[in-house]
Amino acid sequence: MAGNSAAVKVKIDHVVKKFQTRKGEMTALNGVDLDIHENEFITVVGPSGCGKSTLLNIIGGLEKPTDGQVLVDGKPVEGPSPERGIVFQQYALFPWLTVIKNVMFGLKLQGKSKEEAEEIAHKYLKMVELEDFANHYPKELSGGMKQRVAIARAYATNPQVLLMDEPFGALDAQTRTQLQQELIETWEKERKTCFFITHDVEEAIILGNRCVIMSARPGRVKDIIDIDIPYPRDQATKMSPRFLELKNEIWSQVYQEYLSVRK
Amino acid sequence: MQNEKKVPIWAKIPNWVWVLISVACAGALWFFANSAWPAVFASPIEVWDAAVTRAVSGTLWEHTWASLSRVLTGFGIAFVTSIPVAFLMAWYDPFRHIVEPWIQFIRNIPPLAYVFLIIAALGIGNVSKITVIFIAAFLVQVVTIYQGVKGVDTTLIKAARVLGAKESDIFFKVIIPASTPFILVAARLGLSTSLTTLMASEIVGGDRGLGMMIQQASGYYQMDVVLLGIIMLGIIGIAFEKIVRFLERRFTGWQETVQQ
Repeated sequence: MAGNSAAVKVKIDHVVKKFQTRKGEMTALNGVDLDIHENEFITVVGPSGCGKSTLLNIIGGLEKPTDGQVLVDGKPVEGPSPERGIVFQQYALFPWLTVIKNVMFGLKLQGKSKEEAEEIAHKYLKMVELEDFANHYPKELSGGMKQRVAIARAYATNPQVLLMDEPFGALDAQTRTQLQQELIETWEKERKTCFFITHDVEEAIILGNRCVIMSARPGRVKDIIDIDIPYPRDQATKMSPRFLELKNEIWSQVYQEYLSVRK
Repeated sequence: MQNEKKVPIWAKIPNWVWVLISVACAGALWFFANSAWPAVFASPIEVWDAAVTRAVSGTLWEHTWASLSRVLTGFGIAFVTSIPVAFLMAWYDPFRHIVEPWIQFIRNIPPLAYVFLIIAALGIGNVSKITVIFIAAFLVQVVTIYQGVKGVDTTLIKAARVLGAKESDIFFKVIIPASTPFILVAARLGLSTSLTTLMASEIVGGDRGLGMMIQQASGYYQMDVVLLGIIMLGIIGIAFEKIVRFLERRFTGWQETVQQ
């Protein structure tokens, strides 16, 4: 698919992250190495507390690694930047701004004129089918709609890489399926490099080109599985033998890690 | 809501009718109190007469204005100063470590206790009265706004950073709007504290103000005037409340948990 022939977009180079806690030093990430290729959709699964979110925050520039580095297009990540958009699980919409103003937030910071920002915002609200809600406040939207606004907002600044931290984790099953489908379609059109964290193995398979399985804390890359299921994918794909095979394989690995946490 | 068939009869009564009913009941209770303890509770008619005479002669307005201007000045200065102090506490730890214990300590002292200290320092005039109100309102507001600023959802700050916000953008475009609900709550608490403290500040002397009016009247056992003063304070309190409610609807209607 997106294959290993494509250029490396994000290079995660032996990233270590340690935290100081009251009980002493805690290693969250213990030497993570991963190459994310241009236009690739990477999904990440792993037991809770394996440092998935920490890794995403480090790529996003919100946290600094204790050791190692992250390179985007060969340049080390120094801090947060619109080059690397993030979609958070808790939506993180600004509740005092209308839907369209939320989407325009980053565009205005980029120095775009009001008209230009509005035009771009409308384009992406159309993409997530929320044009009619442009002047609503977030409180008037359902969880799924909020997350679509957040996705539109992340796309609007045209980031090189899109980082998503369990974006559908707080949604009900039906909405989640719908948003997965929309995300697949969007990705097929835009082919943006994506780094998508989830705890849902099915979600990881249906969305990803490759699935990274992380070990229990301290987090490392335990295995990387190629998702060799052709596009276009839809919900029927979840019934295909290959899908079930992959699901079985990934799930058993995640489960092993889960058991090792419980011990 | 779920049981559409059984709508109780009172659910159909509009709100303004309820207000009228409530006022009528209060009136009835008042008449009852008057008949039971005529020496304490002047009747509504007596109070009304007292109000009309004093309104016509203008003394009622003089007292009311004296009190209102004190409250508004003390509260206003407190409001304007508490915002930067609260933000400074939230952003600059050494400042917070030094100042917060003071605030917590003084906040729990009834203003009446330090009124005399302030009068000794500033004299018996308007300045000392406003200062007492200022202190009480300031402390309440600093604490409330500080908690609001501290409570700003860090995910929003992260989201703004990722979208390209610099420190100043984060302050003006995230922290300030996210804190407005708390600033308005602070204003509401500050106003009611100001009104409470007004009584403490006017108790010690001076010749104008509703507190003074009440005190002088009680000295002559003019219970109609005492009740009039109390009612005037109640009206001012309600008016403050309504104004802040209006501002809340206007500026923080975006909140998830807005009271309707």
